[in-house]
Amino acid sequence: MILARVVGTVVASHKEPKMEGMRLLLLEKLDPITMNGKNDFVVSVDCVGAGTGEVVFYATGSSARCTKQTEGLPSDASVIAIVDAIEKDGAFTYRKSQ
Amino acid sequence: MILGIVAGTVVSTQSQVGIAGARFLLVEKCNHRAELRGEYLVALDPLGVAQGEMVMLSESTPARETPLTQGKPVDTLIVGIVDLIDQDEQVVYKK
Repeated sequence: MILARVVGTVVASHKEPKMEGMRLLLLEKLDPITMNGKNDFVVSVDCVGAGTGEVVFYATGSSARCTKQTEGLPSDASVIAIVDAIEKDGAFTYRKSQ
Repeated sequence: MILGIVAGTVVSTQSQVGIAGARFLLVEKCNHRAELRGEYLVALDPLGVAQGEMVMLSESTPARETPLTQGKPVDTLIVGIVDLIDQDEQVVYKK
């Protein structure tokens, strides 16, 4: 799974009918040590109700379709978790409460 | 499979993964000599790997080919802890 920050949402009124009702998030991949964005963006279906600014990780490929919401959808990226903390070498590089 | 070194952990209480007590580790990609590449992944750890250990990671569909991850939205799974790697009859990595 890949770490990213929710930086916005994507609205597509004209889309594949199966994607109807899906919340689409704009994600920026991030470096978990510096917590800086990598200027690399993806659109991902939101399966956990993540808000803008939150750090998440998402699954890609066929695994993206293994959630209730995305089963059978033509989507290859699903946000499957909101991150509370990232720890490296015993120290937090990110904590949600901050 | 690709190689990585366990750098730390990723904590998530709000997830749709659907695996009770799932342990997510922060893994940094590395080569066969444990030289780090500054690229990180989140991997599900079914083996209880300690920090600093070199692991084998399986990505995409094969990551769901275990009883724990079957049908789950997991695309990166730790499938082994590396003890030793040799190349041209030279040991290049040893636990």
